[in-house]
Amino acid sequence: MSVTILFLGPLADLAGEKEREVDAPLDWAGLIDVVGPEVAQQLELDRVNVACKGRVLADKRALMAEDSDEVALLPPVSGG
Amino acid sequence: MARLSISSPLDVRLLDKGMSIGEALAAFNAAHDNAGGVVSFLGKVRPDGNVRALELTHYEPLTLSGMEELAETATSRFSLEGALVWHRIGVMTPGEAIVLVATAARHRRDAFEAADYLMDHLKSAAWLWKRERRDDGWHWIEPRGQDHEDLARWQ
Repeated sequence: MSVTILFLGPLADLAGEKEREVDAPLDWAGLIDVVGPEVAQQLELDRVNVACKGRVLADKRALMAEDSDEVALLPPVSGG
Repeated sequence: MARLSISSPLDVRLLDKGMSIGEALAAFNAAHDNAGGVVSFLGKVRPDGNVRALELTHYEPLTLSGMEELAETATSRFSLEGALVWHRIGVMTPGEAIVLVATAARHRRDAFEAADYLMDHLKSAAWLWKRERRDDGWHWIEPRGQDHEDLARWQ
């Protein structure tokens, strides 16, 4: 019973790893608890998005990840 | 040599190796013989400062589908005959191509604007993260204020 959290871009540096397995289910409060203070601080910012099962959540605070779901933490992008 | 085949009207790709620009544009041109004009933009790793390399990462479930959606929006907004949107991922060195955008339309203005629109969105609204390796290590690149202003022009 686990959820995979992916740390994208600079969040991987803050987390010190690219992904982490945590116990399912996982809601917003649980996510904030397990990612460590530095990533949690970023997550509170509007410019950081959260995707669950490959879809960006319109309201990240409504996160409800279940067993085998992937939760991706998406900091501001820069392409081109 | 097998000729590069382009899917029409939209050809959207994430590439983990270098792209052959001339071949891509020739194939795109051939795929759109009804267009009155083709515009292309090639973005490259700038060989300035002490940038040794650039790395682009993506998120598989979102990045390509987001780029496809962007190409569809541009096609309807600017009445395109077709669009090519290719973006590199992985590690690149100065002088290498990062992004190639080409647009085909009946009239040039639509083709120019659509290429501009696609680039502004790829810079700061596509699911890609960029970092540079300088002499003192890797640095993540945040979108510049100018990038956000460029994007806001289309809203």
